[in-house]
Amino acid sequence: MKFLVTVKRVTDYEAKIKLKADKSGIVTDGVNMIMNPFDEIGVEEALRQKEKHGGEVVVVTLGTTDAVAQLRSALAMGADRAILVRSDAALDSFAVAQVLAKVVEKEKPDVVLMGKQAIDDDSNQASQILAELLGWGQATFANTINIDGRTATVVREADGGLETVSTTLPAVISTDLRLNEPRYASLPGIMKAKKKPLEEVDIATLGVDLAPKVKLIGFEEPAAKKAGQKVADVATLLEKLKTEAKVL
Amino acid sequence: MATHLIVVEHSAGKLVKATLAAVAAAQKVGGDIYAVVLGQGVAGVAAEIAPYVKKVQVGEHEGLKDRLAQPWAKVIADAATGAGITHVWGAATGAGKDLLPRVAARLNAGMASDISAVVDDRTFKRPMWAGNITGTVEITTAKKVVSVRPTEFTPPAPGAAGEIGSIDVDPGVSKMSWVKFDAVVSDRPALSDARVVVSGGRGLKGPEGFKTIIEPLADALGAAIGASRAVCDAGWVPNDWQVGQTGKVVAPELYIAVGISGAIQHVAGMKGSKCIVAINKEPEAPIFQIADYGLVADLFKVVPELTAAIKASRG
Ligand SMILES: Cc1cc2nc3c(=O)[nH]c(=O)nc-3n(C[C@H](O)[C@H](O)[C@H](O)COP(=O)(O)OP(=O)(O)OC[C@H]3O[C@@H](n4cnc5c(N)ncnc54)[C@H](O)[C@@H]3O)c2cc1C
Repeated sequence: MKFLVTVKRVTDYEAKIKLKADKSGIVTDGVNMIMNPFDEIGVEEALRQKEKHGGEVVVVTLGTTDAVAQLRSALAMGADRAILVRSDAALDSFAVAQVLAKVVEKEKPDVVLMGKQAIDDDSNQASQILAELLGWGQATFANTINIDGRTATVVREADGGLETVSTTLPAVISTDLRLNEPRYASLPGIMKAKKKPLEEVDIATLGVDLAPKVKLIGFEEPAAKKAGQKVADVATLLEKLKTEAKVL
Repeated sequence: MATHLIVVEHSAGKLVKATLAAVAAAQKVGGDIYAVVLGQGVAGVAAEIAPYVKKVQVGEHEGLKDRLAQPWAKVIADAATGAGITHVWGAATGAGKDLLPRVAARLNAGMASDISAVVDDRTFKRPMWAGNITGTVEITTAKKVVSVRPTEFTPPAPGAAGEIGSIDVDPGVSKMSWVKFDAVVSDRPALSDARVVVSGGRGLKGPEGFKTIIEPLADALGAAIGASRAVCDAGWVPNDWQVGQTGKVVAPELYIAVGISGAIQHVAGMKGSKCIVAINKEPEAPIFQIADYGLVADLFKVVPELTAAIKASRG
């Protein structure tokens, strides 16, 4: 069973995100970069599935050479090899999915595992677009994945409860928070990762039309919420909710 | 001139109200608004959405009985091809998030996710980085797909009922099948459209805390219950209760955060609430920065007091 896991380099979820003075984007100087947490869950899941079914775990990222750090993290967790599709331009979700479709064509994975969203742009689109471009089944927001032969049965975190769907393989599955708890890379894992194969592909060689369908044309900080007040006790709170906020 | 197609979400034979936010957003662009209702036995849903649109297209088919992204996306894309449709809209609910990007892929269209504002027919604002930044995005393709954050758009008033017609649908070949749904059973209002939400965090110490502290307060207020990620992860409460960047976005009139620190990922899902109350024993907890009213106290002491006082005042 072959797993292709997508990995995105994103700003740390603990970082304080600020706008640049000229509002052309966010300040990245001095901001720690990490593997998108949902992708980390994807890597972990692929490793666990490989432990059960055997096979190979390939991780792929699209980005600048800086993203090699995140590929190495995935390799240190246990992935077998990595692919960097080098792109200096920011890409929209559609372009990302088109590029991934090319990688899939070449790698022929049984399962593509992706994070349900990247915690920077919060778009939640790429896995669904990829599934459609490939004509594959999709199972988004996975809570539990059971692979049996050529079928994946996936419990999904849906509105109002847990939905179970199944899809024939190959398929695209996107991860939700409760799918697993990613392991930490061990020291030997980190050492080994340095020697694992990492292939670099120039995005221009893939023959994908990268013209954005969605352009990010402006950034602003949302209006700050005005500071509230501390209240001394329950009686005061109740009084204020009734007479000041008028919500009770 | 824009012509819109609203993807109507329904559950257990009823219109999901978040769909009306998509109608409201489409109205901001202007132009004719159509709706598409898919499934089996959905005449009631069609009648519910009709007063908000010019025409409802009903696609009934055995292969659409369960909402599965692959066949649904095909049929919606078919309905959006021709007929001059320029925009496809839906709610950014779990179901919408699953389905709409797949529709965009099929239409070769750009998609704006989870928008919070309409600037013009191609330009939209949307929260990014857990709501730390509002981005403006422009869709450059002729057809446009947009998912709408339900809390950011007020449902429109109903008008004269639009015409209801049926369309021929072909769900195509699907690799997916539906197995089952395990619903979170609750008598309380749904989190997404409750007037009051009481949310609990790790400060409750365990599932017992939800039972003995949160539930009585929610019952006294007729409120829905929400939670932080930490307690969903811990299995104290259903995952479906998670409020935040990667869970549900809510904007009730009153949001009471109990034993929640106020991490940015949580705040992203509730800062639009009209009135926020925070109860936390730590005076420096970040939740107080966005709370209208903060009570620094031990929740195990003050929440039962609050519950009792509310009950007393309501007789
Ligand atoms: C990728 C990613 C996505 C995430 N998405 C979300 C999301 O959508 N929603 C979300 O909520 N989180 C999300 N998080 C997690 C978030 O970063 C925080 O870890 C989480 O919100 C913390 O939950 P908490 O406030 O319950 O716990 P804590 O941060 O541990 O806070 C507990 C609070 O309880 C208070 N307390 C303890 N005892 C008492 C007492 N007796 N009386 C009163 N107060 C007390 C403490 O002072 C503390 O402030 C995400 C994280 C990541 C990495």
